[in-house]
Order: sequence, then C-alpha cells, then structure tokens
Amino acid sequence: MLEIKNLNKSFNGRPILRDLSCQIPTGGILTVVGPSGAGKTTLLRIIAGLETKDSGQLLLNGQAIKQGQIGVVFQDFNLFPNLSVLQNVALAPELVLKKTKDEAQQTAKHLLTQLQMAEYQDQYPYQLSGGQKQRVAIARALAMQPAVLCYDEPTSALDPNLRRAVGDLILGLQKTGLTQLIITHDMAFTQQIDQQVLRIKPLAEE
Amino acid sequence: MQEVERIMKYVMQILPALLSGTGMTLRIFCWTLVLSLPLGILVAVGELSKFNPLEWLVRFYVWIMRGTPLLLQLIFVFYGLPLIHIVFPRYQAALFAFVLNYAAYFAEIFRGGLQSVPQGQFEAAKVLRLSHWQALQHVIIPQVVKIVLPSIGNEVINLVKDSSLVYVIGLGDLLRAGNVAMARDVTMVPLLLVGLIYLALISLCAFAQRKLEAHFSYYK
Repeated sequence: MLEIKNLNKSFNGRPILRDLSCQIPTGGILTVVGPSGAGKTTLLRIIAGLETKDSGQLLLNGQAIKQGQIGVVFQDFNLFPNLSVLQNVALAPELVLKKTKDEAQQTAKHLLTQLQMAEYQDQYPYQLSGGQKQRVAIARALAMQPAVLCYDEPTSALDPNLRRAVGDLILGLQKTGLTQLIITHDMAFTQQIDQQVLRIKPLAEE
Repeated sequence: MQEVERIMKYVMQILPALLSGTGMTLRIFCWTLVLSLPLGILVAVGELSKFNPLEWLVRFYVWIMRGTPLLLQLIFVFYGLPLIHIVFPRYQAALFAFVLNYAAYFAEIFRGGLQSVPQGQFEAAKVLRLSHWQALQHVIIPQVVKIVLPSIGNEVINLVKDSSLVYVIGLGDLLRAGNVAMARDVTMVPLLLVGLIYLALISLCAFAQRKLEAHFSYYK
C-alpha cells in the first residue's frame, strides 16, 4: 500500500500542496484530477523523488519510499533519443540492476512484446508515434520492476482514439498487481479508469 | 610551354620550404586541438559549477580570451611576459596562447551543448537510478557531441587559418615560408601555392567533419 500522509509543499512561500493525505492499496489505481496549477505534477515529482517535500510522509507498505520503487512515465516520455527502443528499455537494468546484457535484453524484449512494440525494437524514438513512444516509456519504467508506476498526463500527447487504448493498457497492468497513480485533467479518461479518484484544487494565495 | 616549365621548376624549388612550413602549421594545429578540447570541457564544467568562486574565475578567463584579439595574446605571451621574467621559447609561447584561447571558445560551445539537452533527459535518467556518471556517459554526452559537432567543426577550420598568426613571433609556419619566398623572388606563385595548401588542409577538415556528422545522423 502506498500512503501519503500530511504532505506539504510550497515554492517561494506560495503553498502548492497542504496536508495532502491519501492511500492506494497494492494493485490499486489512483487517478489525481484537478485544474492546471493545482499541484498535480508537483505531487508526482515529490513521489518520484524529483522534488523535495517540505513535510509529511511517503510510505510504501509502512516504510519510507526508497529510490527505484517508483517508476515514472513522463508527459513527453523523455525517451533517450540516442538509443534504440530496445536500448532505452535495457539500459538501466543492465547498468543499475547489474543484469548481463543478454538478460537485460531478454527482459526488455519480453516487455516490448507484451506492449506490442516488439517489431519496433531497433527503431529510434524519433521514428515512433506518440502512442508508441508512450508504450516504450512504460516498458522502460517496468523493466526496473517498480512497485508503483506514475503517469503524468498520459492522454495529453495522444489522438483521441488512442486514449481508450492507454486506459485498457493501464487496466491490463493492474491485473499484474502493479500499483498505479495517474495525474490527469482528462475527465473522460478518468471515467474510463473508473477507480479511486483524488480531486485537488489550487490553493488560494494568502 | 617554356613559361609553364619554368614555373613548375620554380614550384619544385620552393616546395620543400613550404612543406616544412606546413609541418609547423600542422604541429600548432594538432597540439592546440589535443590540449584545448579537454581543457574546454573542464572550463565548461567550471562555468556550470555551483561553486561561485570557480564560476567567476572561469567566466573571467573566458571574458578575457574572447574579448581580446588572439594576435594580442600571442604578442603578450612572447614579448610581454619576458618583461616580468616569464620567458617562453617561441613554439611554447605560441602553443600556450593558442590553447588558452581556443579552450575558451570550445568551453562556450560545450556549455551551450550541455544546456541544450532537455532537463527531462536528466530526470528520466534519475528515476531510472542511473548514477550521475552513467547518465553522462550513456545519455547526455552522446547528445552533446551531436549538438556541438557543427560549431566545433567551424572552430577547427578557423584554427587552421589562425595558426598563420604565429608568424608575428617569428615561427616558420606555412604563411611565413610563402611570404619569404615572395619577397625574395618577387613573384605571386608562392602565395598562390600557400593558398592551395590551406585549401587542401581545410578541405580535409571539412571532409572529416561531414563524416563525423553523418555518423551521428542515425537519430534526431
């Protein structure tokens, strides 16, 4: 279970998040919705360790979150343009998890096959569509075996007909027991996921 | 026909002197590149440093090097510094001035290259738990190299030509060899030859640059 307790964050004295608390059961999906400026992305960045918190607790199964337990699918994916699809997915497992090149590539190919991207493994990110890049980004994050996978605006870079496909993908991953957190302002998408929703509003300036 | 033969004979006569001058030009060129590229990387890292005194020192250095003529710097090192008892032999003086000057330009190019890699690349590497060095080695530096290649190529071509400035401190480079022959024999032929040799050298550099850029064109 991922627990967020009394999380506070302000930038230059301006409060962004105040006493935010929520829980996601293991294998659950939490959709965080709210207008831009409400601090959704800040919340994701704090959970991912890209931003520091002012106070509060982030717990995974009762223990403070460690680096590597959280995977992130960025809004614009941030794939490495100099590496092929396969290299993008296999790089961190090889360098960080100390797998052999073969093992890392096998795992990467397996993930890419699951995400229907196997035939693109030797292409480079610039050759892919938005939806394909997103699936590579998901494979890259999953290759590090995160306990929680966070998505920042997963539908924003996609054609409307692809939104449903991402929703199905996320619901499919839920069956594997992965805990997921989705930042979005896409209400139709939120309805499709149809699970726990956290609404956040911009804090009034004081 | 006789005229052509006479000119060819003259060319063969002065060619050894010109080629020996080319040797000096190439020595300055190669050593400056070999030393100033790594120094430029260090300076670029210094410029992006969060340790303020280092950043100021490096900015001051770049300001001076880019803000004054290379010719002045050469004269300063060889004729000026001896007045305060710092004496460099000619060749070392030339290299010292060239390396310091070119490292400043390279540093600015590398700094721009590093800064134009999107922040998201660093963040993606971080959430994948790549160490700082792993991120640089596998993700950032390959992208920086691709970004800076055209500008580095420009500077390299400039360096071939700038090396001719060493003749003010009495080094026998290609231009000086041509100049001596022209003054002695009162003919334009040496200057034309000098021009041809510079063109050949620079065409080689441009060719190498195109090859390198093609190598990095496998992604966008």
